[in-house]
Amino acid sequence: MLSAIVWGAGQGWNRQYLKGLLFLLIGAGAAAAELATGSYTRDSLADGFRFRENGGFFLKGIWGLITLGTQPRKMGLTGLTAGDHSIVLMANGIIALLFLLLLALFYIWNIRDAVTTRRQYCETGIRESSLQHFKRLWDTMYAYIVLSPTAVLTLFVSVLPIVFGVLIAFTDYSRNNSPPTKLVHWVGFDNFATVTQVFSWMHTFLGVLLWTFVWAILATVTTYLFGFFQAVLLNNSAVKFKKLWRSIYILPWAVPAMISALVFKSMFNGQFGPVSQFLLDIGLTSERIYWFTDPGNTNLARGMALLINLWLGFPYFMALIGGTLTTISESYYEAARMDGATSGQTFWNITFPIVYKATAPLLMLSFVSNFNNFGVIYFLTEGGPANPDYNFAGSTDLLITWLYKLTLDNRLYSMGAVMSIIVFLIVASFSLINLRKSKTFEEL
Amino acid sequence: MMIHKRTNLGAILKTVLIYIELIVVALIVIYPLIWIVGSSFGSSKGLANASAIPEQATLQNYKELFQQTNYPLWYMNTLKVAAANMFFGVLLSTLGAYAFSRFTFKGKRASLLTILILQMFPAFLTAIAVYMLFLNFGLLDSLTGLVVVGVAAQLPYNIWLLKGYLDNISTSFDEAGLIDGASRTQIFVRIILPLASPMITFVAVLQFAAPWMDFILPRLLISSEEKKTVAIGLYSMISDQTRNEFTLFAAGSVLVAIPIAVLYILLQKYLINGLTAGGDKG
Repeated sequence: MLSAIVWGAGQGWNRQYLKGLLFLLIGAGAAAAELATGSYTRDSLADGFRFRENGGFFLKGIWGLITLGTQPRKMGLTGLTAGDHSIVLMANGIIALLFLLLLALFYIWNIRDAVTTRRQYCETGIRESSLQHFKRLWDTMYAYIVLSPTAVLTLFVSVLPIVFGVLIAFTDYSRNNSPPTKLVHWVGFDNFATVTQVFSWMHTFLGVLLWTFVWAILATVTTYLFGFFQAVLLNNSAVKFKKLWRSIYILPWAVPAMISALVFKSMFNGQFGPVSQFLLDIGLTSERIYWFTDPGNTNLARGMALLINLWLGFPYFMALIGGTLTTISESYYEAARMDGATSGQTFWNITFPIVYKATAPLLMLSFVSNFNNFGVIYFLTEGGPANPDYNFAGSTDLLITWLYKLTLDNRLYSMGAVMSIIVFLIVASFSLINLRKSKTFEEL
Repeated sequence: MMIHKRTNLGAILKTVLIYIELIVVALIVIYPLIWIVGSSFGSSKGLANASAIPEQATLQNYKELFQQTNYPLWYMNTLKVAAANMFFGVLLSTLGAYAFSRFTFKGKRASLLTILILQMFPAFLTAIAVYMLFLNFGLLDSLTGLVVVGVAAQLPYNIWLLKGYLDNISTSFDEAGLIDGASRTQIFVRIILPLASPMITFVAVLQFAAPWMDFILPRLLISSEEKKTVAIGLYSMISDQTRNEFTLFAAGSVLVAIPIAVLYILLQKYLINGLTAGGDKG
């Protein structure tokens, strides 16, 4: 109807002037923004329309996103010359695109609103005034209104960076090719091809990936089993002062993990750390042990990282399983005693299955968080010992810490973005497996 | 008689073994913590001389921390960020969860799915993109930016968690409120907030504690000395090998760890429940 051509005209036709005016303002506002930010005077349009010089917020944004700029800035005698900054163009383009999507939604709403009001009027002869409509809108739209700040925040701080990050993976943006003096280009799947085809990248990637999986599995299993063991011991009727013991064991969980990791790093410092010194003093070792930095002994560093992670992680599972144990009905155990079951049998046939069933989803969650356990590895070993065979990674580096080094220390932004996508795909597939088992998925 | 005695002996042996295990584990758990507290009172600065029981205990490190470093400033910065992070995080996520749990509206399914997918992106991955965006738009180096990113990053998870909790609370309370003529905002404040308080406590504690340990975000977004948070400041003390400020690091760590640890231990019941619920919701 009319609204399709001029925003809000349909509403005006339906005599909902206020509402029509509002739609008109939104539509006109967008057009005005484009005109105001671009240059649409007769002079500048004299030799035809060019996006770079004439485009406003929306048109130039889209143009920038597609081309990533055509004129690099050059270092001249008077400083930088004017030109295109690819990354700014790209970011502006994404923002323009998001606004255009919002406008498209308003546009569709505008038309549908005019049509339904008209139809209603033709059928029943009633038409509500704009004010009535807004009042009804407030009621039906309550959820949207409440959610709008969240939506805006999520859109600009989560969605926008994710889109941006994903797009970077398809460019050649890096330290050696970065604005303002150079232009960034779209390179399609070249970076993905590099990871899979260039030997050093593939070698590093597979090595780090393998260790990440080994780490995530062992870290989860050890903390779970030891937490379980400790919870069962504490649950034993012979133990007095249960609360005191539990409060002690919960300490590693309560102290910020970053601080604990740094404390361990100092304790096991090869050169000055007290543990090395102690072993030397009592004559167990003849020289200092470089726990985390000895390139000839990567498994020592890996094993230590796992042990320290056990120290950090078991209290959570202990507390959790301790809670589950108290919910197991005493009648099961009584029945087992009647049948003359040994305590080992009771544990494996009653306690373990019940607790495992209750905590299985958390195991998967723990696996995912260990997969991305930046803190322990980075603060403890910084990825070391150094590994000369790897591209920018050490022997204990996980995918996530390698990613951090790629992006921040070495500023290979596009390779970092490729890794981010890969990490996301792995994490998401595990989360989805977990989710499909839970009841939430059916509710959706 | 004999059999009875033997089981008795076995039981005693078992109890002794259990206690030995408990004590050994307790020592392993406590020793690093005592060591760092002891080091913070140590009189010589270096790591090499740090010990659990310092020979000449002194408060010198704490004095120096407050007088010669920017530690008080970092502490205040972190406190501000933590408070804002907690307030906005709780406000936005409870409102969002309320909307998702109690209303049906177009696009609800799609939004919930979006939240679910966003939640799978580690906050870290967005952080790098945020850094590149902020870099290009000159928004770096502000505490407000830190709060904005911190709140937004946790929002999907928090909303999902609180929605799950609210879903399990009967709507009969809301309906009673509606009949009494309460507006929906009133229902939210008077009925939903009190009912959801255990889970809100969980979200609040996590949101408050996060900035104290968060390293990546401030490391990315903050560059000036006056805007550093505690985590960055402490890390610089220990990573800079030439400065040899280990005992200062120890003192600074103790001052951060004690309040957080006390908070965690006092509220452990809520925290464990919250984490359990998080797992159930995938």
